[in-house]
Amino acid sequence: MEPNRLTIHELQKRFKNGSLTSSAITESVYRQIASVEERVHAYITLTEEIAMEQAREADRRIQEGNGEALTGIPIALKDVLCTQGARTTCGSRFLENFIPPYDATVVKNLKEAGAVFVGKTNMDEFAMGSSTETSCFGITRNPWDLERIPGGSSGGSAAAVAADECIASLGTDTGGSIRQPAALCSVVGLKPTYGRVSRFGLVAFASSLDQIGPITKDVEDCAIMLNVIAGHDPADSTSVPAEVPDYRVFIGRDIRGCTIGIPREYFVEGIDPEIRVAIDRTITTLERLGARCRDISLPHAEYCIAAYYIIAPSEASSNLARYDGVRYGFRAPDAENLLNMYKKTRSSGFGAEVKRRIMIGTYSLSSGYYDAYYKKASQVRALIRQDFDTAFTQCDVILAPATPTPAFRIGEKIDDPLQMYLYDIFTLSANLAGIPGISVPCGFTEGGLPIGIQFMASHFEEGKLLQIASAYEKNSEHEKRIPDL
Amino acid sequence: MDYEPVIGLEVHAQLLTKTKIFCGCSTRFGEAPNSNTCPVCLGMPGVLPVLNRKVVEYAMKMALATNCTVNRESTWARKNYFYPDLPKGYQITQFDHPLAEHGYVNIETTEGGKRIGITRIHMEEDAGKSIHDESGGSSFVDLNRAAVPLIEIVSEPDMRSPEEAAQYLRRLHEILVYLEICDGNMEEGSFRCDANISLRPKGEKAFGIRSELKNMNSFNNVQHALEYEIERQRAILERGARVVQETRLWDASRSVTHSMRGKEEAHDYRYFPEPDLVPVVISDDWKDDILKTIPELPLEKRERFVSEYGIPPYDAGVLTASRALADYYEEVARLSGRPKIASNWVMGDVLAHVNETKMEIEEVPIKPAALAELIGVIEDGTISGKIAKEVFEEMWNSGKGPKEIIENQGLVQITDAGELERTVEEVLAAHPQQLDQYRSGKQQLFGFFVGQTMKATGGKANPKIVNELLKKKLSTP
Repeated sequence: MEPNRLTIHELQKRFKNGSLTSSAITESVYRQIASVEERVHAYITLTEEIAMEQAREADRRIQEGNGEALTGIPIALKDVLCTQGARTTCGSRFLENFIPPYDATVVKNLKEAGAVFVGKTNMDEFAMGSSTETSCFGITRNPWDLERIPGGSSGGSAAAVAADECIASLGTDTGGSIRQPAALCSVVGLKPTYGRVSRFGLVAFASSLDQIGPITKDVEDCAIMLNVIAGHDPADSTSVPAEVPDYRVFIGRDIRGCTIGIPREYFVEGIDPEIRVAIDRTITTLERLGARCRDISLPHAEYCIAAYYIIAPSEASSNLARYDGVRYGFRAPDAENLLNMYKKTRSSGFGAEVKRRIMIGTYSLSSGYYDAYYKKASQVRALIRQDFDTAFTQCDVILAPATPTPAFRIGEKIDDPLQMYLYDIFTLSANLAGIPGISVPCGFTEGGLPIGIQFMASHFEEGKLLQIASAYEKNSEHEKRIPDL
Repeated sequence: MDYEPVIGLEVHAQLLTKTKIFCGCSTRFGEAPNSNTCPVCLGMPGVLPVLNRKVVEYAMKMALATNCTVNRESTWARKNYFYPDLPKGYQITQFDHPLAEHGYVNIETTEGGKRIGITRIHMEEDAGKSIHDESGGSSFVDLNRAAVPLIEIVSEPDMRSPEEAAQYLRRLHEILVYLEICDGNMEEGSFRCDANISLRPKGEKAFGIRSELKNMNSFNNVQHALEYEIERQRAILERGARVVQETRLWDASRSVTHSMRGKEEAHDYRYFPEPDLVPVVISDDWKDDILKTIPELPLEKRERFVSEYGIPPYDAGVLTASRALADYYEEVARLSGRPKIASNWVMGDVLAHVNETKMEIEEVPIKPAALAELIGVIEDGTISGKIAKEVFEEMWNSGKGPKEIIENQGLVQITDAGELERTVEEVLAAHPQQLDQYRSGKQQLFGFFVGQTMKATGGKANPKIVNELLKKKLSTP
């Protein structure tokens, strides 16, 4: 087997017994990129020179016996995470040539843990989208079916892991942008609790919803990655100074007696029948492992999309105001005056979806509309959060679909924003409530498209998610496949 | 008709913290453009604000010193607008849950004391500065000031004249400077004031339509702008027209206000809660700790100086103009045990020199102990008041102590009656003509003999003894 197909924990064993080096695995990752990237297009920027240097350094450390948690592991970063000295575009023309003079805290954490950085992955512009089609650097294709989208906005990060163009990656999740592409690409994606991982250096889309999380080949890798990136950061006031457990201890733990809530509001309509079948099969597996499944209610579930598409664009409209052409990034030429410079710059620097959300957000926050939109949405958000608090008094984790259908075709929804927004219906609520959610592969459709299942837990209960996800992963009956590229 | 002005003020005060409100950059004024900046205050992508705790402490000091209720929990908001010197496209400020509310300060009016309500005090970040090339072409942005901490102090519409407004403003200024949380420099913009003013017929309860005045960078400007605006609005109302609600700029060079923007062009700031910051939570312990650091405020100090030292209210006002001056005076008063005389020296000679040399009280070369010593040697008759002035000059110039100067220059007062009697006799003998005139009734010449005697002793004679001796000698031929 090509080493680039291995997981982090498998690689670590080989590093330890000397059967593989970081240089060798990194080379094998770049060989894979050379062979499939033209078709998949998971990356915006590749940093091969830096990576090879980091790999050699990692090999020295491993030889000295000074390996850290991720020493020598080739990892990809969503291009919304700032990397000192390496351009960070957010998939936007605006930041096409932006080279940050600082690292995101998670990037710093990964560096300290010895990771090798393969490159920066493609994404929807400023993470606004569900298909990676709004990137100004071209679309990313789903490794399982090149005619289909990989999901989004972390589509590049999910596709890169699925296509073995890296071992693991980081994505960001504002409304499902880690879990949804992970499900569509048959990889594991975890959105941690809001405040679990520092957002410093994550270019903000919607600050009260954004979280960084791992996309990996299996659940154990997910725990390894979370161990490295979780924790309080003085540079992010919203990161929580709560103790970080060793998440690896939850891997392989028994789930007997665990109560799984099945929210009835999620299983009414619009779910693809094949996904329905896969979910039922998952429930059976979990029950066989000793978990108890029970019906629960999330009464305000139907308002999630409405609340989300007020709050997220509102924050975005403010967060993206800094892209004005004054200090850095794109500035339209030939402006006659200041107002004209702003207008030209922002009209041509942003893509259609970003502009749409800035417009929606600006409108929602405007005087006279604030109470009816932003304020109302915030109140609804509080109710949604309350729904989950109540639900978690009745169960340990909640099981839900990750997506209503398998990956759709490229171009299918791009001209229908509402259909695109509806696609995130099962993932948005975790962001609104600030709770963690994980998506794990649970089979394939007859047509060979991946299906994912989602688990959600209460705040800071990532351990429970990893426990149930790993138990399911080890005992699931669906066959293990690799994409045919 | 008789109109009554209704005035409310919004004051922005820059806080004297060493670093900015949300990053570690220096707040120092006058550095090279854009040198006090970092990714956070430049609004680079992905960076986050972290609140400077000192800002909360300073703001809390002002809130407590102005009798405000400090809220247990206050929150941050974003005020959105586009301008090149606003790096993030929004200002982080406090909106619906400010740090403190419901305070007041007292002012003195011709009809006695008056309480001016403070609606709220909140914290926020300052913007940078735009510099426009007058010849056209370019504008330049300096972001050194961006994210320097500010507090905004909003008054109730409680003032009824420009004088009251100016007094309220002086009171706030004095408190801020006393607390050492703001340097109070109006020209450099560390203390800025906007005014809301409207007129209503006297006796009317409802407010009239107001204008907002900006760009007044001195106490006098504020007063003049308000005076101008009262007349402008009065003229409008008297001809039966309506005042337009608008923002007007004070043009100090022409002493007029002119319209900057109307109500329709007013910005929609789209305030909403700042998601990057958590609420500011103030425990009782924290508040108590801050309360302990608040010094005696100018008004209290003034009243105490009058009652404790028996000096006139005017003198107390002058001596408490700054905390340093008040401390200086108080130490001289305490060490000399002569508060009234100390007040004369400090208000007279010390302040005259300070004003002349434009130095700070802290830099005065004569320390309070030395001045108290000087007062002591006058009081015990070692030197005369006249000589004391010379000694003071010498102390100021050389930094030496009074006793050293008196000894070195032989300035000790002559109080030996025998010695002085001889001198008086010599003076009288030397001026027979004047003596005759005096004795034949020209009493005014008494001063002449005093002067001659003083002259003969180089000013060192004790004037009281000289007087007594002369009286005796002149009345007995």
